[in-house]
Amino acid sequence: MLAKRIIPCLDVRDGKVVKGINFVGIKEVGDPVECAAMYDEQGADEIVFLDITATHEGRGTMLEVVRNTAKKVFVPLTVGGGIKTIEDFRDTLRAGADKVSVNSSAVRNPELISQAADIFGNQCVVVAIDAKRRSDGGFTVVVNGGRIDTGIDAVKWAQKAESLGAGEILLTSMDTDGTKKGFDIELLNAICSVVKIPVIASGGCGTLEHFSEVFEKTKASAALAASLFHYKELTVPQVKAHLREKNIPVRI
Amino acid sequence: MIAIIDYGAGNIFSVKNALDFIGLKNILTDKKSEIENADGIILPGVGAFPSAMNMLKEKGLIEIIRKQAYQKPFLGICLGMQLIFEKGFEFEETEGLSLIEGTVEKMEPKDLSIPHIGWNKLEILNPCPLTNGLSESEYVYFVHSYKAVCRDEYISAYCEYGEKVPALVFKDNIFGAQFHPEKSGKAGLKILKNFGEML
Repeated sequence: MLAKRIIPCLDVRDGKVVKGINFVGIKEVGDPVECAAMYDEQGADEIVFLDITATHEGRGTMLEVVRNTAKKVFVPLTVGGGIKTIEDFRDTLRAGADKVSVNSSAVRNPELISQAADIFGNQCVVVAIDAKRRSDGGFTVVVNGGRIDTGIDAVKWAQKAESLGAGEILLTSMDTDGTKKGFDIELLNAICSVVKIPVIASGGCGTLEHFSEVFEKTKASAALAASLFHYKELTVPQVKAHLREKNIPVRI
Repeated sequence: MIAIIDYGAGNIFSVKNALDFIGLKNILTDKKSEIENADGIILPGVGAFPSAMNMLKEKGLIEIIRKQAYQKPFLGICLGMQLIFEKGFEFEETEGLSLIEGTVEKMEPKDLSIPHIGWNKLEILNPCPLTNGLSESEYVYFVHSYKAVCRDEYISAYCEYGEKVPALVFKDNIFGAQFHPEKSGKAGLKILKNFGEML
């Protein structure tokens, strides 16, 4: 049986790990290579780098970060943020990423998913979906950090992403993200029940119980957290020890 | 010196990075002389069985690998592991390197998704030099859709994924890992170190 994965996510801008505080004043807080190596050492099952660089020069810096990380980190590395073309996929994978995550560019151009899957294999195409509740109880896909509602149904989009060749879905709830009140169980169940590919739960965890809850109540394959690990409110070993106590299979 | 055979398939740099990290001298190569002079050989690979065999054939490497594999420690990783068997059935029947008797067939686990991607637990059936020092519940990282079908005596470790899937196979000095030791954290690095110990 596969172990449930615990994935720390690092926001990287211009080659530094950054963490936004209430959307104002992004503060630089560390070296991504060192942070990733530390998470690997702690037993993280995978590391995600989210590139929030806006400039072209920053992109090159990001690839350099990926190259240096791949020399020190020996668990799968996923890189997302700003990936728009097959060339971006190729550059990122060549730099040493194992998977590439696409979000708004896949919404704008779904063919990108199938092209990338054909060339590089399904296993390295992660489709990130940011979803938000509609008034009718369904979920809509939002992009640009939740600022733009695409009007696309999140459940249908997940199915489409799978049929186009996505190997995995990274599902973030914009309703629970940042609240620390727990993962969005309802959204996860809505998506997990219609796709066979692994779904990574993201957004809302604040306590150890939130991790066991997401694996007990949904079919999520992995749970992702950023600031929780980053500010050392919880550590990867703590989360895994808790999951093992709850008889959830984890790699320790 | 370990020769990592570079025949155009997959992310060979992650294997190189892992060997560099644990201090095992290595070279990425498709040259016969370098493969002959190496103390050990690693055959990596991601992709499909027929195209990988074709690439080896085009580079004229099949005979040299067959010959050298019996003379020094040899490790096939992922698709590289599958290639060491006699035949593969991915898309079409293709002849493999035939270093170990067996075939490579599509996985069809009930109610589980394919590819088999993620961390799965190694169950050791027959200890081999590569399993030295591993604890009883090591998880390693898999990404594949096909599996080896061979006699139990060649299976050092398997994992459960709806069925028993050979994870680590061996015969004499020939080894194959279905998982990616270079992406399997400390357990994976330990397996690569064990390989280095045999040189």
